[in-house]
This record gives sequence, structure tokens and C-alpha cells, in this order.
Amino acid sequence: MISRTSPEIGGMGHSIKRKEDLRFIQGKGNYVDDVQLPDMVYGHIVRSPYAHARLKSVNTEKAKALPGVLAVITGEDLAKSNLAWMPTLFFDKQMVLATGKVLFQSQEVAFVVAEDQYTAADAAELVEVDYEELPVLIDPHKALAPGSPILREDREEKSNHIFHWEGGDRAATDKAFVDAEVKAEVHAVFQRCHPAPLETCGCVADFNAGTGRITIYLTSQAPHAHRTLFALVGGIPENNIRVVSPDIGGGFGNKVPIYPGYVCAVVASLTLGRPVKWIESRSENLQSTGFARDYHMTAELAAGKDGKIKAMRVKTLADHGAFNAAAQPTKFPAGLFSICTGAYDYPTAFCEVDGVYTNKAPGGIAYRCSFRVTEAAYLIERAVDVLAQELKTDPVELRRKNFIPPQKFPYASPLGWSYDSGDYDAAMKVALETIGYDALRKEQQEKRKRGELMGIGVSSFVEVVGAGPAHTFDIAGIKMFDSCEIRVHPTGKAMCRMGTKSQGQGHETTYAQIVAQELGIPAVDVTVEEGDTDTAPYGLGTYASRSTPVSGAATAMAARKIREKAKKIAAHLLECSEEDLDWEPGKFFVKGAPSKSKTIQDIAFAAYTNMPAGMEAGLEAVDYYDPPNLTFPFGTYICVVDIDKGTGEIKVRRFVAVDDCGNIINPMIVEGQIHGGLTEGLAIAFMQEISYDESGNVQGGSFMDYLIPTAVETPHWETGKTCTPSPHHPFGAKGVGESPNVGSPAAFVNAVVDALSHLGVKHIDMPIAPWKVWNILKEKGVVN
Amino acid sequence: MAKKQSIQVKVNGRIREGQVEPRLLLVHFIRGFPGLTGTHVGCDTTHCGACTVMLDGKTVKSCTMFAVQADGCELLTVEGLMQNGKLHPLQAGFKEEHGLQCGYCTPGMLMSSYALLEKNPNPTEEEIRWGISGNLCRCTGYQNIVKAVQYAAGKMEQGGKDDLPNIA
Repeated sequence: MISRTSPEIGGMGHSIKRKEDLRFIQGKGNYVDDVQLPDMVYGHIVRSPYAHARLKSVNTEKAKALPGVLAVITGEDLAKSNLAWMPTLFFDKQMVLATGKVLFQSQEVAFVVAEDQYTAADAAELVEVDYEELPVLIDPHKALAPGSPILREDREEKSNHIFHWEGGDRAATDKAFVDAEVKAEVHAVFQRCHPAPLETCGCVADFNAGTGRITIYLTSQAPHAHRTLFALVGGIPENNIRVVSPDIGGGFGNKVPIYPGYVCAVVASLTLGRPVKWIESRSENLQSTGFARDYHMTAELAAGKDGKIKAMRVKTLADHGAFNAAAQPTKFPAGLFSICTGAYDYPTAFCEVDGVYTNKAPGGIAYRCSFRVTEAAYLIERAVDVLAQELKTDPVELRRKNFIPPQKFPYASPLGWSYDSGDYDAAMKVALETIGYDALRKEQQEKRKRGELMGIGVSSFVEVVGAGPAHTFDIAGIKMFDSCEIRVHPTGKAMCRMGTKSQGQGHETTYAQIVAQELGIPAVDVTVEEGDTDTAPYGLGTYASRSTPVSGAATAMAARKIREKAKKIAAHLLECSEEDLDWEPGKFFVKGAPSKSKTIQDIAFAAYTNMPAGMEAGLEAVDYYDPPNLTFPFGTYICVVDIDKGTGEIKVRRFVAVDDCGNIINPMIVEGQIHGGLTEGLAIAFMQEISYDESGNVQGGSFMDYLIPTAVETPHWETGKTCTPSPHHPFGAKGVGESPNVGSPAAFVNAVVDALSHLGVKHIDMPIAPWKVWNILKEKGVVN
Repeated sequence: MAKKQSIQVKVNGRIREGQVEPRLLLVHFIRGFPGLTGTHVGCDTTHCGACTVMLDGKTVKSCTMFAVQADGCELLTVEGLMQNGKLHPLQAGFKEEHGLQCGYCTPGMLMSSYALLEKNPNPTEEEIRWGISGNLCRCTGYQNIVKAVQYAAGKMEQGGKDDLPNIA
């Protein structure tokens, strides 16, 4: 149990209001596009209208002749300094500006720099590009078919196949299927989505010829890693690069990769000696930057007649688009997809994933998801529902029969994970009671008799987050530790700097609460700063729900180092030995004589004014935390839908989300994260897809076609919780930001399929738009 | 490049003048002044509402108007909500009810909510949801934004704003 601090201290468990809000509600945030520098100029990217074409010529003369235009950079120009290609974060390379050919619609072809953004856009229109169209490959299944065009002529391997990854025991799994009494199978496409944060990507590159340093203001979820990559790829000494990630208007994984526009702005600033701003439009964001999912999956479950699951077998085709620009730990080509065995206890599984190239935008990134965990959770939770249908049993009963029991933790999963802690039935019970499950089933039966369509969908997901232990996890070679530096000032106020970077998660508040919890310095007196690589300690950044599990842990460990030193100072001030002292948040006191005490503020002052002989001055510490394991948040979500037979329209009547993310730092912020993630899950389940026509034209390239739910489509969310602390985390937390996006798609889809299950429907691919339901109802003869 | 035109717009009570191309978007005109970058661009297609401002008492999406169309008009942006060093009840509500996360949609949300409460001081939850339906948020799921608007409506109904935090 975590001790509860006073509201004045505001440690863990207090719903204190967010410190960062004050500037945002006044319009005083500082996002990348708000950065204005003297003499700043603007970049604009010329993009390919074709999905696959030979680049015959790029003529920049007319563009360069336009008054106000300073430079037009092409792929051939970049090739002269060996920058036409850049490495992706996953053993591939990607064109910065096209040379030879283009491989997806909206690919970057030239970069225009002008005195103002309107002139830059005008000049981009004047760049004349001669293309020769090539056959387009959109379907990932066709990518591996003989005779398909080979897209990546730059690779030695003349194939569209990128990687094969497999895990588990193939032979034992195949045998379990031969022996199985009951089998269930589902083919599910997790469609191509886009994180679409409300702020698009962009940067301001500012090379100062006087100092030789370049400052890059960047929409970056991982500023330190980006600094290192700019140094390695661009050949700029790393001490001469300062990356500043200012306020970030949402990230959700979209702002993990390095994009061609950033590189072009840096090159342009180095060339012109002036600050260069490049901000992408919404269409550029949706059409060219990191997409997510595009997983084409088959899952099978083998079970006994009693409903006990015996084995799982998974085969998946992963569409990565034109370049494998996945941002994933290097040992995990399919991310952490092997969490797909879920919350259930069975000994055997086999999972294989093949990655392929197509003429689509490159990716795929981890969208509000710890590297393909969303795809995995969706797959197992759909498969279990199909198994329940095969067994003609209730999906809740089937889940409860197969849950890993609490006493089996730490649990070794058949695909190699060690789940840290869990009590899945406890979360299920809370969800069932909150929503009134039995009454809903009765209502459904009665409605079916009347011909009305109502469905109840359940999802009991398990996540794996907080990457990760150095022995297994790195990105581009850099181990996935994270960091915190705390400085306590003489007056007892503190500054805390982090290797992570908030994009809305509320780090300025939650990290301050951890310091408050550990040191008793009121959270209001702790300033948290992130995103400036000149001042913050090195870290891998914020994604994969890793801030609390890794940097949060580093914060606690750094604070504990400070407390150790504080204890020595307190003993000195109280003229006793350290062993005679006890601690409560905010002060050391003499055992048995609580009035003899020194507050942390007294101690901080003494650290600079009256330290013991031989002790270094100051009260500060830094910690680089290497987590011993990942954390495994979980929960049960239940969704109730009503379907209009006449239109196919689906109404989410209720949605109960019971989450277990271990010990909670700020309940208000956790609840806010869940609301937001559920809304993104709703969008994916019912509205969103980046699809392509046969010519490779993007069909979801603006908010006209890529739908974001408004307040009207979004239902009222009901949240609940259980608490199973992580046994290895310093304060038992697990991370939560992604759970609702990971766990909810299956709940929505299961609810719709449940509403139609009596018609023999077993699966519907997302996004489930009304027309899809209406077509099914027509096909089944429910409507004319 | 077309000939530049002189325009004069009153922004948050202060006259702002400019020589602008006829095609200059209002949002770019506003954001060009130091201290007025609270009005954001999120989509370019009038969907997201991050650029919402009040123009002569009505909300407009400033990415879909030319600056010249605002010549002679009065604008209220997020920077004009605070009065005499005190937060507007809506600003206080967004903070109290956790109505924002990344903060990017917040200025537009505040302006749409402001217009809603001007017309309808005591809206129902459904009226609030429709009232902000021209504004997209990717972080909050809207539930706490609804509560923030309700908080503000309550404060404004009481008439007094005295208990609002003074941050000047």
C-alpha cells in the first residue's frame, strides 16, 4: 500500500488539478508552429500524385524564378551529400526526397523554401515533375504473389517480403489442433488507421553560423533519440544539436519517427543560415506520416467441449507500405504482438507474422499502443467470442473459465512473456455488476423475440507496456531506460527534468506528485521540465505507455537517493545518528520524540548552508532506470449497442470500462486518459480507415473522409477500477494511457456481432459503418 | 501576387492593422501578431474548430475566412477571455474539470463554449454536446469538456466570479 500524503503535499492518489493547464486555457501554450524567430523562412513539400511512378525529371527553374523563393531542394541535390535516403527506426531506409521513383501517393519529391508560407506553396505548384506511371500494388496478399511488381528496386533482395517472425511451439500447437474437440477461427483485418493528433507534425530548424549549433524545435515524442539520430545520419556533432520539443498537441505515436520534412528543414537551414519552419497540413499528416495497424490476421483457438482453451494459432500479414518505418524495439519486428494469447491460461501457442511492402505510406507506428498490442488484444478478444459462439456458451462464462488465476502470477505465457501481476476475474466482476449483465441478457432475449437488435460486447484485455529491460529492449541500439534528474533548491522547492515528453498526459503534474510522495515537497512546489535536450537527462521518450513505468520509476529512485542524503543532513542537524531517525513524507524526526524533527525544507536549506563536514553541497540526484520487467495492465470493458434495423445505425447505449493499472498517481488524470482512449477506440471501431483505391489514391486523406468523432457521436463513458500493483515497480504503477484504445475495439465489435449473432454472423471487419450492418441485415433477409 | 490591401480589425479590444494579400487567411493574420498564437490550425478544412474565434459576436472558423473579410470587425480570441486578471468561468471550468489534455483544441473549444453560453446560459448536456460539435478533440473524449461548460454555466448563473482564481 502507498501511504497517503496530506492534500497540501498532494502525493500519489490525489486528483490535484493540472499545473500545465494555466497556460493552455489562456492561449499561451507554445507549440512548434508558435515558434517565431527573426528572419525565419518557410518550407513546403512537393508531393507525388502517383502511388508508383518512375521519376523522369524534376524541373525547378520556374519555381526558383518566383520572387521570394530562396531554394528548391530535390532528391538529386540531397544525394550529393548522401542524404537522399535516411535510415528508418527498423532496419530499413526511406527516401527523404525521391530519386529514381516514387513509391506511394504524397511521397516527398522536392522541398521549396521561401520568405513566407504562401510564396512557398505557390512555388511548389511551379515545380515541374515528369512521372511515368508504374503498376500499383495495394493488396498485401498480392505483394507476395508471383509476378507482382517488385517495389523496392534499391534492395538486394528482389521480393516484396520484408520479414518473417514467429514465436511459440509450432509442432505442439499443430498437435493440439489435431486433437481439439472444438475449434474456432476468425479472419480479422485491423484496418489502416492514423493517430491524427490535432496538431500535425512540424519543425523549426535554426542553424546559427556564429555558434555552429543547430536548434531544432520539433514535434517529437522522443527528443533525445532524435538528437542522436540527427547526429548519426546528418554527421552533425551531437553537442552542436539541441532538440527542443515544446508543447505537443497530441502524439499517440505519430510523433515518434523522423520525417523527411524535418530533414529537409535542417538541410535548408544549414544551407541558408536562416531559421526554416516546416509545418505539415492535415492532408500531408494523414497521407504521408506514420500510419498504424494494417494487420491482416487469422486466429484459431483449440478447446475442449468443456470450454477450456488448449491452444492458439495465429498467422498475420503486416502491410508496412513503401518503407518499413515501424518504430519498434529492434528484437521485435512484429512489436509485442505475441501478447495475443491474452488473459487466458493455456500452455501452447504459435504465432507468425510476415511483413510486406505495398505502394502505401510507410509505417507502421504504435498508435496509442505498446507496439502492436492493440492488434493482439483485438484478435484474441474477437477469437474468444467466436469460440463462445461455436460452444454456444456465454462469452463471459467462457472468459471466466479460462482466466489465468491470481495465484499463477508471475505467469509465464506460451509466447514467452512473464506477466507481472493480475486478477482478471476481479475486474470482470466489477464490470458485470456495474453494467447489470444478467438483466441485459434477459432484455436482449425479449428484444430478439420482438425482432429488435441489441448486443452486448465484452473485452477482457491484457497489455504489455513500459518497455523495457535493457537486456531485451532497444530502439536503434539505444537501450530503453529512462531518466529523471531532481534538484532541490535551498528554499525547498524542486526542479525535475525528465527523459520523456508529455503530449497531453499531464507529466508536469504527475511527476511532481511522485516527488511529493517520495520527499514530501508539495507537488505545487515541484516544477517539471521536459523536451529540451540541452538540459534534460537522456531518455527514450514517451510512447508505449512507458512514462510512468520507466521515467516515473526513475523519479522515485532519484527522490530516494535525495532522501538518503537528506537523512544524513537531518542527523547532523538533530545531532543524532541516522538510525535514530524515522521518516514521514516531508520530515525526519527522532524515533519516540516526534517534536524533534527537521522538515525537508529545513534540510534543503542546510544542504547549501550548513552541511555536515566532508559532505558535498547541494541536494540533487539523477537516476537512469532500467526496468526489471514490463508491466501488464488489464481490464474488462462491456459495451451495449442498439441497432436500427431500418438504417443499420449503431448506437452505443452504455460502455463500462474497468481498468487495473496498479497504483494510481492522479485518479483524475487516469480517468481522463481512459475517456480519451475509449473515444479513439470508438472511432476505429465505427468510423476510421485510411484506405486506397486500386490506383493507390488515398481515400482517407482529410478530416472529410477520415472521421473524428465529435461530442455528439461520443457516448457517456462509465469508468471503474480494481488495483493490482506491479510487484517490480518502485511504487506499484503500471501505466494506463493506451489501455482504453487497446481494449475497446473488441468490445465495440463484439457488441455489434453479438446483436447479429442469432443470424449466424460471426465477424465484421472494422470500421463497422451503418452500411455494412444494413447490407448484412439485407443479406440475412431481416430487411428488404 | 495580388495587390495588398489595408485592413483594420479590433482584436480583443485593440486595433490591429495590416497590409495583407486578399488571400491571407484570417487565422494567419491573427497568429502573425506576437501574443496571439493561441488560435490554432488543426485541419485546413473547417472540420476541427481549433481556429474558432468570435467575429462581431458570432463564432467563425478563422481558417475559412480571409483577413480582408474581417476588415472593420471586432474579434474575440482566447487571449481576450481573461478580464482584469481573472480567468473567465469557462477557463476555470476547463482546469477544474480536467477539460483539456494536450491543450491544442482548447482555445477553439473555449470560444465555441463561450458563444453557446451567450445564447443559452443554462444548456443541457445534449445542448452542450451539439454546441461544441464543430470542434474536435483527440484527447478528452469530450466528457470533461461537457462538465467544464456546466461548471462555467453554474458560476455565471451565480453572477459572481469572485471565487475564481486571480492569476494576475
